[in-house]
Amino acid sequence: MASQRRDAPPLPDVSVLKRVARDQLIFLLEQLPGKKDLFIDPDLMSPLDRIANVSTLKQHEVDKLYKVEHKPIVSVAEQLCFLIRPRIQTVTWICDLVNSDKALGRVRRYKIIFTPQKFFACESVLEERGVFGDVSCDQWDFHLLPVDDDIISLELPEFFTDTFLAGDQRWVRTVGSSLHLLHSLFGPFSKVYGIGRIAKMVYESFRTQLQTEETRTKGDAQIENVFIIDRDVDLVTPFCSQVVYEGLVDDVFRIKCGCVEFSPDVTASDKSIKVMLNSQDKVFSEIRNEHFSNVFGFLSQKARTLQMSYDKRRGMDIKQMKTFVSEELKGLKQEHRLLSLHIGASEAMMKRKTKQDFQELLRTEHSLLEGFELRECISFIEEHISRQVSMMESLRLLCLLSLTENGLLPKDLRSLKAQYLQSYGFDHLLTFSSLKTLGLVQEQHTAETLSAMETRVGRLVNDRTAGKLTEAISSLAKKSNFRALSRKLNLVPKVEDYDLRVPKDMAYVFSGAYIPLSCRLIEQVLDRESWSGLEEVTRLLNGHEFNVTGSASSPGADSQRRVLVLFLGGCTFSEIAALRFLAREKGLRIITVTTAITNSSRILESLVQRN
Amino acid sequence: MAFVTASWNPLGDAFYRKTELYEMSWPLRDGLRDSLVAAAPYGGPIAILREPQRRSPSSRPHLDIYSASGLSLASFVWKSGTVVQLGWTVSDELLCVQEDGKVLIYDLFGSFKRHFSLGQEVSQSQVLEAKVFHSPYGSGVAIVTGCGRFTLTTNIDDLKLRRLPEVPGLQGAPCCWAVLTQDRQTKVLLSNGPDLYVLDNTSCTAVSPPGLSPEAGSILQMSVSFSYKYLALFTQTGLVWTGTSNLQAKLCEVDTKMRSAPKQMVWCRRPRAQQPSVVLMWERLLLVAGQCSDTIQFPLDSVSVLVPELDGVRVLSGSHQELLQEVPLVSQEIFKIASMSPGALLLEAHREYEKLSQRADEYLREIKEQCVLAEAVRQCVEAAGHEWDCVTQKALLRAASFGKCFLSDFSPEPFVTICRELRVLNAVRESSVGLPLTHTQFKQMTVQVLIDRLVHRRLYPLAIEVCRYLKIPEFQGVSRVLRHWAECKVQQTDLSDEAVARTVCAKVGDSPGVSYSHIAAKAYESGRPELAIKLLEFEARSGEQVPLLLKMKRSQLALSKAVESGDTDLVFTVVSFLKNEMNRGDFFMTLRNQPLALSLYRQFCKVEESQTLKDLLNQDDDHDGLGNFYVSAAFKEPRLDGRLASLQNAVDEYNKAKNDFNAKATEEEMKLLKFQRKLDEEKGAGLQGLSLQDTMEALLNLGLYKHAEQLCRDFRVPDKRFWWLKLRALAEKHDWDELDKFSRSKKSPIGYLPFVEVCVKNHNQNEAKKYLVKVSPEQRVKACLLLGDLEGAADAAIERRNEAELGAVLGRCPASNRQLMDRLQRAAAKK
Repeated sequence: MASQRRDAPPLPDVSVLKRVARDQLIFLLEQLPGKKDLFIDPDLMSPLDRIANVSTLKQHEVDKLYKVEHKPIVSVAEQLCFLIRPRIQTVTWICDLVNSDKALGRVRRYKIIFTPQKFFACESVLEERGVFGDVSCDQWDFHLLPVDDDIISLELPEFFTDTFLAGDQRWVRTVGSSLHLLHSLFGPFSKVYGIGRIAKMVYESFRTQLQTEETRTKGDAQIENVFIIDRDVDLVTPFCSQVVYEGLVDDVFRIKCGCVEFSPDVTASDKSIKVMLNSQDKVFSEIRNEHFSNVFGFLSQKARTLQMSYDKRRGMDIKQMKTFVSEELKGLKQEHRLLSLHIGASEAMMKRKTKQDFQELLRTEHSLLEGFELRECISFIEEHISRQVSMMESLRLLCLLSLTENGLLPKDLRSLKAQYLQSYGFDHLLTFSSLKTLGLVQEQHTAETLSAMETRVGRLVNDRTAGKLTEAISSLAKKSNFRALSRKLNLVPKVEDYDLRVPKDMAYVFSGAYIPLSCRLIEQVLDRESWSGLEEVTRLLNGHEFNVTGSASSPGADSQRRVLVLFLGGCTFSEIAALRFLAREKGLRIITVTTAITNSSRILESLVQRN
Repeated sequence: MAFVTASWNPLGDAFYRKTELYEMSWPLRDGLRDSLVAAAPYGGPIAILREPQRRSPSSRPHLDIYSASGLSLASFVWKSGTVVQLGWTVSDELLCVQEDGKVLIYDLFGSFKRHFSLGQEVSQSQVLEAKVFHSPYGSGVAIVTGCGRFTLTTNIDDLKLRRLPEVPGLQGAPCCWAVLTQDRQTKVLLSNGPDLYVLDNTSCTAVSPPGLSPEAGSILQMSVSFSYKYLALFTQTGLVWTGTSNLQAKLCEVDTKMRSAPKQMVWCRRPRAQQPSVVLMWERLLLVAGQCSDTIQFPLDSVSVLVPELDGVRVLSGSHQELLQEVPLVSQEIFKIASMSPGALLLEAHREYEKLSQRADEYLREIKEQCVLAEAVRQCVEAAGHEWDCVTQKALLRAASFGKCFLSDFSPEPFVTICRELRVLNAVRESSVGLPLTHTQFKQMTVQVLIDRLVHRRLYPLAIEVCRYLKIPEFQGVSRVLRHWAECKVQQTDLSDEAVARTVCAKVGDSPGVSYSHIAAKAYESGRPELAIKLLEFEARSGEQVPLLLKMKRSQLALSKAVESGDTDLVFTVVSFLKNEMNRGDFFMTLRNQPLALSLYRQFCKVEESQTLKDLLNQDDDHDGLGNFYVSAAFKEPRLDGRLASLQNAVDEYNKAKNDFNAKATEEEMKLLKFQRKLDEEKGAGLQGLSLQDTMEALLNLGLYKHAEQLCRDFRVPDKRFWWLKLRALAEKHDWDELDKFSRSKKSPIGYLPFVEVCVKNHNQNEAKKYLVKVSPEQRVKACLLLGDLEGAADAAIERRNEAELGAVLGRCPASNRQLMDRLQRAAAKK
C-alpha cells in the first residue's frame, strides 16, 4: 500500500507510558518488602506482561504467580499480594480468603493493588466483611497501555457494558484521568472535538482535573488535536465482518494486547506459538492494513524476494559469506519465520472462512449496508439461525439488520427471536433484553403506531398541515437513521469495480462496500475543523457534539498534524486501518486511544456472559 | 556601632555577648516573683501564672499570655486545679500540667482547646514535678509522681502513656532530672543523692559520668542541650561537669566556687560553637562556665528566667529581655579589635570610602593583594545575618555590596537572600509583633513555620506581606494564610452570616488552594450551619461540598452535588451513607430521582444484595426488569422445582409488563423443562437444560423420532428447521433407510439439494444419487457438482442455458476433458 506521505510528522514516543507504569508498579511491590505471592486478575495477565515480565517481578521478590480464579488457594506464602481490577466479586473472594485464614488462626499480610483505580464500593465490601484492617489497599494508576506505535489501549473491555448497558459512569473519571495524563505528556491540546454523551462527560472530567491539579506540560505540544467519540454513535461498524488482515486475525484468533496465539494448524507444528503483532514485525506491518484478498499475493511476492536474498550466497567468496552470515542471515531467518507464520495464518483463515460460506455472508452484509433485498437477508439470517451455524454470527447479523433498518418489524423480530431461542436456548431472553437496552436489536415503529399517532395529531391541526404531517411521518417510517446518515455522508461508495489493490477511500476496509461511520465523521470534522455544516448529521446522531478550540501553536507545526482519536467503548482493527488510510491521504498522524480493542464477538460475548 | 565589642566578654578562646532584645511592655508589678513562667523557644510566647499555689475561691491565680515582647495576648483567672508546670508545644499551644495529672491545652489567645489525663494512678499520688519537652515526634510531657514513679508521653497529639520502671530507693521527687531523646527512644536521667540513673522503657540503669571525681558529691542540677547531645551536671561541691549525653565522653569540668544549687542551669551553644558552655543562674548572679577555669559573671537585679535557644540563651526578667550568646566566629573576626581579617579590612575600606578618603583604596588594595576579596564579602554578608542592630546590619551589607563591585564573577544570590531575610526578621522582631528570632533560628525553623507562627498570632496582613515579599508560591503562601484568616473570621460571632460570607468571598476570591469547603466546615464546627451553607455555594468543585453536607445531614443536597461532580466514588459514598441513615422507602425514593446513583447502586446490589435489587425494581414498577431478575434467578436455582417456580414468577411479571413475547417464551421454557424432566425420568435421556433444538437433536440421535416430532408440533417449530435437523441427524447416524422414509413422508420444505449434501458429507455417493432426481432444476447443477458428476452438471446447465452455471461447471472441468469443454463453450457462445 502507498507509503506515508513525506510531509507527515513522525509519531510521538508513546512508550514512555510503559515506563511510568512499570516504575509505579515496582514502587508498589516494594511497599510490601520480602517474599510474596502475587495473584493476578486473568484479564490483567496480558497487559501486565507488556509492562513487566516475570523476571522483573521476581526481582522484586514476587515468589509465585497465580491467576485469580475465585477458588480456595494453595499458596503457603506469608505475604499475599493481589493485583486486580476493582470488581466487587474479586474483593469478595479476597475477603472470604482472609476470613478463612483467620478462622484457621493463620497470620498473613495481604495487600490489594487496584488498577487503574480503587473504588469506594470495593473498600466498603472490605469494611462490611470485617477485613478492612487486615488488608492494605493501593492503587496502580496503570491507565494506558501502548499496544503499538499508534495504538494505546486502556484495556477496559467492561467500559462498554458498564457505561452503555448498566448506565454506570464509574469509568468516566478513569478515562478523564487518562486524557489528563496524555495531555501532560503530549499536550497541551488546542482543539478538542467530540460526539456522544459520554464523550462530553469525559471531556468535562478532564477539564476539571486540568483546573484543580497542577499540570505541567513539558515543552511544546506534540499533539494538538483530539477527537472523542462514543461507541454508541456508530454501532454498525463493529458489527461488520472484518476483512483487512489485522481485523481478520483478530476475529479468528483474537489478538490480546498486540499478541496472538497461533494454533497448531497455523504453525504447522504440534504446539501453538505466541507472536507479537506490531510494527516491529516487518512482514506484518506491511500486510496488516491490506484487504485480505491482497495478502496472499503479497506474501508469495515476499517469499520470492526472500528466496532471492538467500540465493545471493551462491557464488559468494568466504569473506562475503562471513558478512552475509553475520549481518543478513539472522534478519532473513527471522523474516522467514514470520513469513511462514503469516502464510499459515492466512491459509487457516481462508479454510475457516470458506467453510462457513463466507462469501454469502459478506453478500448479505453488503445488502444490509446498502439496504437492498431485505427479505432475502432476513431469510438468510433465519436459515443461519435454524441451522445453528454460529451462535455469535447469527446474533451479529441480527444486530446489523436491526441497526441498518433502525429496528425490525414486530412480526419479524418476534419470529427471529423465537427461532434464536429455540436454537440456542431460553437464557438468551436476557441477552435480547440487553440488546434492546443498547439499541442493538429493536422493534421498529410500525406503520400502525405511526398512523395512530397521525390521526391523533391530525385531529388537533387543520387539514393542510395534516397533509404535511402525514408526509413527514410516513417518511419517518421508511427511512432509518442509518440510511439517512449513509446518504448524507456517502458511506456506501457508488463504484462498480472497486479496486482493492489501489483503494481510493476508506471503504476498502469493508471490500469497498461501506466507509466506517466513525471514521467518516472524524474525517469530516478534521476537514472542517468544526461541526459546522454537519448539523443534519449530528441531529440524526442525537447531538451531543462539541468542539473546544484553544490557542494553537504556530501554524504548520508538526503537532497540528497529529491527532489523538479516543474511542469510548472500544474500536476495531478495521477502524484503525481506515484511520491509518485517512492519515496517509491527508498527511496526518493519527494515534488511536481506545478503552479496548473490540469486535462484534467481544461485544456480544460480554452481553451473553452477563446473564 | 563603634562599640560593637563593648558588650563582649572573653571566655577562653570565645567571646560572649548579651544583646538587649526588648524592654518588656508588660505592666508586671512584682516582676516574675512567685510565678510559674513558661517561654517557648524560637522567640515563642510567654505564659505567666502568678501565685499558682493559691487555692481559695476568693483569690484565684491569674494566667497571662504574652508575646515575647510582653504584649498581652490573653489574661484570665485560673479556675481549674493546681498547676505544677506550664509549657508550650511546637504549634504554639499552652500545656498546663495539673497536680492531679490532668493536662489542659489552651491556644495562644487563651481559649481552651482540650484536655487529657496522664493516667488514673497519677491522680491519687499527685504530680510533683513535670517537664514539657520537644522531640522529632512532637511535644511531650514527662512527670514524676509522689511515689517517685515517672510517666511520659512523647507526643501529646498521639497520646500513648508510658509508665517507666521503678527507681530503686526513690521516694518522692528526685534531686533533679531531665528528659533525653537518644537512639529514637525517650529516656529520663535522674539523680538521687550521689546516684545517677537512666530510665528507659524497660529498665533502670545506674550510670556514672566519666571523669567525675567521686568526691564531687551528689548532683544538684542537670541540663541537656537543645539538641539532646550534651549533658551538664552541677554537683554539691560547685563543680560543673560537661560531657556527651550518652555519658561516653567528658568535655570538661569547671569549678564555679558556688555551693548552693543554681535556680536554673541551661546550655548556651550555637551550631558550630567554639566551645561548649553552660549558663547558671542564682538569685542574684548569672554565670557562664565554659571549658577554661575562668567564668563570666553578670549580676542580676531582679528575678529572671532562662530560656534556652538553639544558639544562645534568652534571659527574661521583669523589665527586660536579653539574648546571651557566644559571638559567632565570623563576627569575631570582623569586629575583634585590630583584626586584619578580610572582612574587617573591607568594612574599614567602605568606611573610608564613605568619608571620601583615599585610604579606602589602600585597604581595598591590601585585600586584593591577598586575593581574599570574595572571602571578605562573604564574611560581611554572613556577619550581617548575626547582628541584631539594624545600623550594624546596614554597615556590613553596604560594605559587602561595595566589595562586590570589584568582583566579576561573584554570585549575588547569598547577598540578596540575606537582605530579604533580614528585612523579614527585622519586621517580625518589632516589639509590636514580638518574635525575637535570630537568623540561625530562622533558618532552622524555615519560613513555612514562621508563617504558621504569624498565623497563630493572627497577624494575617504581615504573614501575607512576608509571603509576597519572599515570593513563596501562592499555594503554600498567601493561600494558606487566607485560609487561616477565613477560618478565624467565620468564628467571629459579632458579624452576621451574610456579612461574614461576603467578606470572606471578597478577600479569598479564587485564590488557588483555598477550599471553601474547609472554611465552611469550620463555620459548621463553630455552630453556624447557615453560614456554612452560604460558604459552600462558593465552592467551585461540587465534590468538595459533599462530605460537609453529609455531616450537616443535608443528604439530598449532598447526593445531587456528588452526582454533579461526576465522581462515582463520591456518589457511592453518599449512597452508602444514605442507606444507613434513611428508611428503605425514603432511600429508594431518593435514588429514584438520581439515575446515576441508582444505576451505581444497582450494580452493587447485583453482586452483593440481590434481594435489595428486587425491592428496587419493585419500587419502580419495572416489571420487565423483575421478569429478567426472576429469569436469571432461575438459572441459579439448583433444583428444577425452584427453577420452575422462579420462572412462573417471571411469567407473572412479564404479563404485568404486557411483554407477551417474553411471557410466552418463558412459559414455553417451563413446558420444555417439564418435558425434559419427563423424558429424563423415563428414558434417562439427559436432556435437562438443553435448548429446544438441541433437545430435538438429542431425541433424534437416540432414535426417539416420535418424541421429537411431538416437540416439533408442541412448540410450532418451523418445518424447515425440523427437516434440516432430522436430515442431519439421520445422515450422521447413517440411518439411510429412515432417511429414505423421511424423504417420502411428504414434500420436502427445504428441497432435495440438502439431502444430496448430507449424503455426500457423510460419504455415501450412492444414497446421494437417489435424491438427485428429486432436486429441482434450479439446484440440479449444484447437486451434480457436489456429486462430482460433471456430465450431468453440464447437461443441466446447458438445458437451463444459465451463464453463471455454465461458468461454474467450466471452472470445475479438467483440461483433459476437451470434449466436454467444447460442448460447454459452444453452449455459452450460443447464448
